[in-house]
Amino acid sequence: MTRQTVPAPRPEATAAPAQAPLVEVADLRIDFPTDGGALRAVDGVGFTLRPGEALGLVGESGSGKSATAYALLGLHEGTGARVGGTVRVAGTDVLAASEEELRRLRGGVAAVVFQDPLSALDPYLAVGDQIAEVYRVHHKVSRSAARARAVEVLDQVGIPSAARRARSRPHEFSGGMRQRTLIAMALACEPRLIVADEPTTALDVTVQAQILDLLHALRTSAGLALLLVTHDLGVAAGTVDRLLVLQKGKPVESGTTEELLRAPTHTYTRELLAAVPRLEPADAPGTGDGPGAEDGGASGADAKTIDGTAGSVRSGGADGPDGTGRSAGADGSAGGSTDAEAPADGTAASADAAGSGPARRPGPAGDDRVLLRAVGLHKEFARGRHRFAAVDDVDFAVREGETVGVVGESGSGKTTLGRMLVRLLDPTRGEVHYRGRDIARLNDRQLRPLRRELQMVFQDPVSSLNPRRSVGESIADPLRAAGDLTRRQIVARVGELLERVGLDPAWYHRYPHEFSGGQRQRIGIARALAPQPRLIVCDEPVSALDVTTQAQVVSLLGGLQRDLGLSLVFVAHDLAVVRQVSDRVVVMRSGRVVEEGTVEEVYDHPRDPYTRGLLAAVPVLDPAEAAARRELRAAAAAEGPAAAV
Amino acid sequence: MIRFAGRRLFQAVVVLLVLAAVLYAVFYLAPGDSAHLACGQRCSAQQVAQVRAQMGLDDPVYLQFWHFLQGLVAGHDYSTGTGALHCPAPCLGQSIRSGDLVSSIVAQKLPATASLALGAMVLWLLLGVGTGLVSALRRGTALDRLLTGFTLAGTATPVFLIGILLLLVFCSWLRWLPYPTYVPLTSDPQQWAWSLLLPWVALALVEAAKYARLTRSSMLETLAEDHIRTFRAYGVREGAIIRRHALRGALTSVIALSALDLGTMFGGALLTETLFGVPGLGQQLVQSVQLKDLPVVVGIVLVMGLAVVVANAVADVLYALADRRVVLA
Repeated sequence: MTRQTVPAPRPEATAAPAQAPLVEVADLRIDFPTDGGALRAVDGVGFTLRPGEALGLVGESGSGKSATAYALLGLHEGTGARVGGTVRVAGTDVLAASEEELRRLRGGVAAVVFQDPLSALDPYLAVGDQIAEVYRVHHKVSRSAARARAVEVLDQVGIPSAARRARSRPHEFSGGMRQRTLIAMALACEPRLIVADEPTTALDVTVQAQILDLLHALRTSAGLALLLVTHDLGVAAGTVDRLLVLQKGKPVESGTTEELLRAPTHTYTRELLAAVPRLEPADAPGTGDGPGAEDGGASGADAKTIDGTAGSVRSGGADGPDGTGRSAGADGSAGGSTDAEAPADGTAASADAAGSGPARRPGPAGDDRVLLRAVGLHKEFARGRHRFAAVDDVDFAVREGETVGVVGESGSGKTTLGRMLVRLLDPTRGEVHYRGRDIARLNDRQLRPLRRELQMVFQDPVSSLNPRRSVGESIADPLRAAGDLTRRQIVARVGELLERVGLDPAWYHRYPHEFSGGQRQRIGIARALAPQPRLIVCDEPVSALDVTTQAQVVSLLGGLQRDLGLSLVFVAHDLAVVRQVSDRVVVMRSGRVVEEGTVEEVYDHPRDPYTRGLLAAVPVLDPAEAAARRELRAAAAAEGPAAAV
Repeated sequence: MIRFAGRRLFQAVVVLLVLAAVLYAVFYLAPGDSAHLACGQRCSAQQVAQVRAQMGLDDPVYLQFWHFLQGLVAGHDYSTGTGALHCPAPCLGQSIRSGDLVSSIVAQKLPATASLALGAMVLWLLLGVGTGLVSALRRGTALDRLLTGFTLAGTATPVFLIGILLLLVFCSWLRWLPYPTYVPLTSDPQQWAWSLLLPWVALALVEAAKYARLTRSSMLETLAEDHIRTFRAYGVREGAIIRRHALRGALTSVIALSALDLGTMFGGALLTETLFGVPGLGQQLVQSVQLKDLPVVVGIVLVMGLAVVVANAVADVLYALADRRVVLA
């Protein structure tokens, strides 16, 4: 697979030298006023962008990438921020432009696709009317003509029966459709530049792939320039030609996507790259970044015999994670079909049959190591007369000291399953055996002694901590509830816990808002650890975090599990993260388990077409590989009718 | 929608019945003898006993309540000594004091109260929402601080103080207006408006303060939302953003609050009614409570309760029209 097959025009090849840059940014400086004086969010950033080119601004949160992007449209106007340097977009000096000039620029020349499509649309108005309104700002046409244009662009971005759906309000759309609507709005006025700010962060992998493909198609067919702001190098790799890496507002490295991902020169870029969770086996995220031996396929072969995992499969093939991110073994489309004859599963049976875990945790095989087993677990939610099975007859087992990953798209029932396992939700039917005892029907009083052994870490580290209590008190809550420690002992224990999760014990009296997202998630983990649980259900514990923070939290969880012999259930939509942490994986779709097995089985030899689809949609770090997959997806979409997001 | 209406109707009936029952219980327990009061000071003990029997006060309280309910459903006939007085189906009873039907007393007093409440609401919405919008859009300026100061003063001042000041200034010193005497709308609309101008202003000044603060904060909140940023980023003019996108979100809370306030206003504007001589339900209620005139008290309280229930249902419908995500059920 070579670069030449990529349909995107290479900037050097297609953009004639005579073509003037559409965007010129030089020595951009942005200061935000704070109580403690001005905060320099962007410091000396510069780049150019020609028509048809795509540039990725990458960095962690707080690196100034969004602030830079917003400066192109003069969106800092009136916010109190001070912007210095040069910003020219299509000949307009943005920093000196009048309000009228800025209004013409916004949407007409450069259009933004915002992050979080739920909040970026007016909840009260029909989506078609919102697009029509924007269109009428830039074109003097009648209301009905503007509506027609809205339907046209909605159709163009793949909203099915666009004329009808244009009258829907945003809450009637799925996340992917909302994101498409925002892209349609951006297209409505035929801009020359699209600024996409984390356009896929809130979306499932399959939807993410569709949105990225759409952006790519628009760029290549309409010759738009694209500025992509993202923290995910995997997303950038498949979408843009060049990258500009920002760290704390300063540009640290730039170059073509290929070069930069193959041979990053700056330490920060290397860290970013190493932190990207990969589908290939790796023993610890964030450690290896040099080119390594490629034998993912071999390790997959070992895993075929279901109960023969005595060999250390997990660490075996993974000594040298591949720096370029090529994923031969992980691409399920090639080898998957031959494994169809693998022993029939029958979910509960195979869970037991998998026997001993990976070699790093030796122990006797067999049923006696099963800590928690769910049988025929079922949860229905009723809305009016409509009943809906969120979890539909699921069998599930976790052994002692094991990590079971639960993956699936949003709405697949994975969170509902996780909550039922620790009885935060009551199952409609089915049994949950914890250490041989069915806890599914216990009442609150009977459950209380078991609560401390079954803990949960939540997705949103912001809302799952009480903002009005110090973090120490939050962590101490479960200890106080247990009631068998003195105050002094509790404080000491909280200190230990803080240290355990990599925080300073002296921060006991600080409040959640003083911590970053990653630190808050560590606090959430410390709280879950406090009562010395045996099982922790982690519900999307890292999906709200940057890649680098993600890697740190994942390795923290891995370390804790190793040291304390915990069992973990790791619920996530990110397949790569799940691979990093799990021994076994359960793939869910529409409330049912579609596939289950060891990590190697599921990732290297997926049997179910749904699993294969999920795996194929995961962004890869190799631009050539990404382009190849895009073509495959396009071909698949051409065969069958395009699935609505 | 039918489900919504049905459920609301049921809720209203339950609320009103409970209200009436509680009133009966309270009056039964409270000291004082209605029959004695009704008969007058010069009645002999025998006469009082006769009146008591005639009024049904000898019956136990639950039986009295039952008779009241019967009257509501089937109507009632009262003997007046010389002839019979028919009280048609939703019969609220007969005043112990005057012998008039409660429904006719309510019908007589309701227009004044309704005029006062509705007129004041229009004024306080204009004043409050307008002030709130101006200070939200000019946030941090001297004008914002000035308006915020005014509204704070408004909230802090009791309505009777404002009323007395208005009367002093406009009727006594400047003599721009005569002392208000209520004129019904049906007899002379212009006089009606003039007579109610001062009470409207007094009520509106107090209420407007609350609305100004609410409008300001919810407007600022809405303006900070992401979807507002989207339209700014597409070059939509600020005025259009406020009209089309911000106002709707900001005013939903105002709708909800005005419904509650309108409901209470139907019974709560007592001070204003007294001060400006508006012959409304509030004045009548206080009189009737003093006289232990239970049927009138129950009748007026039920009308007030009905006003609150209806106002809230209307607010819910408006809310759902403004925000289509809300499902009426």
